[in-house]
Amino acid sequence: MSNYRLDYLEQLESESIHIFREVAAQFEKPALLFSGGKDSIVLVHLALKAFRPGKFPFPLVHIDTGHNFREALDFRDALTLEIGEKLIVRQVEDTIRERQLTEPKGKFASRNALQTYTLLDTIEEFGFDACIGGARRDEEKARAKERIFSVRDEFGQWDPKLQRPELWNIYNGKIHKGENVRVFPISNWTELDIWNYIRRENIALPSIYFAHNREVLEYEGQLVAISPFIQLEEADKISVKQVRYRTVGDMTCTAAVESSAVRIEDIINEIIATKTSERGETRIDDKVSEAAMEDRKKNGYF
Amino acid sequence: MDILRFITAGSVDDGKSTLIGRLLYDSKSIMADQLEAIEKQTKNKTSGGIDLALLTDGLRAEREQGITIDVAYKYFSTQKRKFIIADAPGHIQYTRNMVTGASNSELIIILIDARNGVVEQTKRHSIIASLLKIPHVVVAVNKMDLVNYSQDVYNNIVIDFAKVAQSIGLNDVHYIPMSAAHGDNIVEPSAALSWYSGLPLLQFLENIALEDDIDLKQARFPVQYVIRPQTRELHDYRGYAGKINSGIYKKGDAVVVLPSGVETSIEKIEVAGKEVAEAFAPQSAVFHLKDDLDVSRGDMIVKTNDLPTQSNELDLLMCWMDNKTLVNGNKYLLQLNNKKTKAVIKKIEYKLDVNSLEKKEAPEKVSLNDIVKISLKTASPVLFDSYEKLRSAGSAILIDETSNVTVGACMIV
Repeated sequence: MSNYRLDYLEQLESESIHIFREVAAQFEKPALLFSGGKDSIVLVHLALKAFRPGKFPFPLVHIDTGHNFREALDFRDALTLEIGEKLIVRQVEDTIRERQLTEPKGKFASRNALQTYTLLDTIEEFGFDACIGGARRDEEKARAKERIFSVRDEFGQWDPKLQRPELWNIYNGKIHKGENVRVFPISNWTELDIWNYIRRENIALPSIYFAHNREVLEYEGQLVAISPFIQLEEADKISVKQVRYRTVGDMTCTAAVESSAVRIEDIINEIIATKTSERGETRIDDKVSEAAMEDRKKNGYF
Repeated sequence: MDILRFITAGSVDDGKSTLIGRLLYDSKSIMADQLEAIEKQTKNKTSGGIDLALLTDGLRAEREQGITIDVAYKYFSTQKRKFIIADAPGHIQYTRNMVTGASNSELIIILIDARNGVVEQTKRHSIIASLLKIPHVVVAVNKMDLVNYSQDVYNNIVIDFAKVAQSIGLNDVHYIPMSAAHGDNIVEPSAALSWYSGLPLLQFLENIALEDDIDLKQARFPVQYVIRPQTRELHDYRGYAGKINSGIYKKGDAVVVLPSGVETSIEKIEVAGKEVAEAFAPQSAVFHLKDDLDVSRGDMIVKTNDLPTQSNELDLLMCWMDNKTLVNGNKYLLQLNNKKTKAVIKKIEYKLDVNSLEKKEAPEKVSLNDIVKISLKTASPVLFDSYEKLRSAGSAILIDETSNVTVGACMIV
């Protein structure tokens, strides 16, 4: 290979940095949605590369459902402190109270859908015109069709049939007042790319991504962490298993996988060998219907 | 390991979705749960197998109507390369989507149904590939099983396509006979096609040389964003950030900043936070200039011996992408090399027939999917090269100022 040829991770990195700087250049009030999960941690890492030694031209924003893993929240706080950037946290709990929303019921009652309300309120509160998120196109088929600059109307809604064409590497960030754009700088990265990049860049992650012992409930083939947020019944079988998380969402809708992987290399080998997709293995919320993600996106979800 | 971005052109009838499904399936990029989901949906179970086409149908509206309405991106990788597929529908009303998918592709796979040979749609796809200057073309002669794997049928298609390719100026064309439904010549060579001596599709995609696709001779750096921390320690830090469109920049290079025309030199280069001696396309880089100048987004830093064109009048080929028609004399915004400039359409010269490449009389109304040659006048001079010369510095979009929608894909002539 010639000296003037980038490898695949360098190409992806360069593309993502370019997207970050487009956001900074084209928008008045952007925000970076940061959850403490691996994809948003990679986003922060890329933002450091795009803007240092300057400060980020946006705050980090976390929509906290109240059902998050403690480890992810601690990591979130520690990382923000370390890089010296501003973090805004808004609680779904508060939205539920103020807007008198009805909490979903059931064994694994998830606030996943309710967080859209908090997100849209937060966008309005601060007047954000662009929200940067860590969604990837390989995750889900509705995401496979979304633009890198995805325009949402004032209700946050995505209309798959009315997307702006996105040509070359030219991003059109022009919007009307009240609209906002969701920007996905790692659209073209796959799960494996993310892990290979984490390894290459030596990026720190919350401990739950690595094998640890945890009390879990085995439910329809998935391992759900025992937490105050799920309803247990007498017949439920609870056991302690060595597990890790492949994705980190809410404790109610993210399943763990059995694993003994304690190093990044082990995780990468597991992902190469796995026969199940990332969301298929770990996301309880996608199983509702064939078009679960498409429907949530149309309603303002990421 | 590098990345190859390619687009597949063809309709469902040509077996396009089956081909993509086969590439994903045979390269083991489809997981058990995804397979299970499409097995559930496979309507036609009589064939015994699963319907690989279902793997690429994304949205509910598409599944309900059995069509593709948008460009979907698919990912897979092998030991040698990461692949990004732009899966665009091929029907005539979707020229817009094909242009979108083609704009970021280095290679196009044009599918031909061996039973039908080169048809109007094949020509249209080839013409779009040629207009968008996709560097590499693979003609996939599919459904060979339905013509008894006949070498004669294949040879005739190759002869026919070669004529088309020559007439529209397509270079670097490769032909591969295959059957996506049976997996012949997709990942493994096929015994039924033993007369074919070339590589199967996947191996071909893994090995095609991409080094020359990026121009490293003519240096173009449109400034994207200025990094100015303005803190006490970094008071003098002023970095010009951007993606190098083409060429190589070295520390110490004599450069000129356009449009001001001021000459200076590169004092320091940073890539992804690290100082480097040189940077090249398509890296995202930060340049520091020796002199303290007023440089902002949309300015261009180039080498003194090789300048882009600077003008407020430009001719371009444009694919119209909006449901509203183009109105002659209307003002639009031209987004080109990081700069948005007001522009007015002075003249619509002709319409290009995408099936024949004939120049037709300029229509009264330019509508969705039309490709037209137009002359634009911009409010202030803009910097550009021809698309033919530099794909990255000669491409632009036109934005409707009232709807903010991207309405035109422009290639500067």
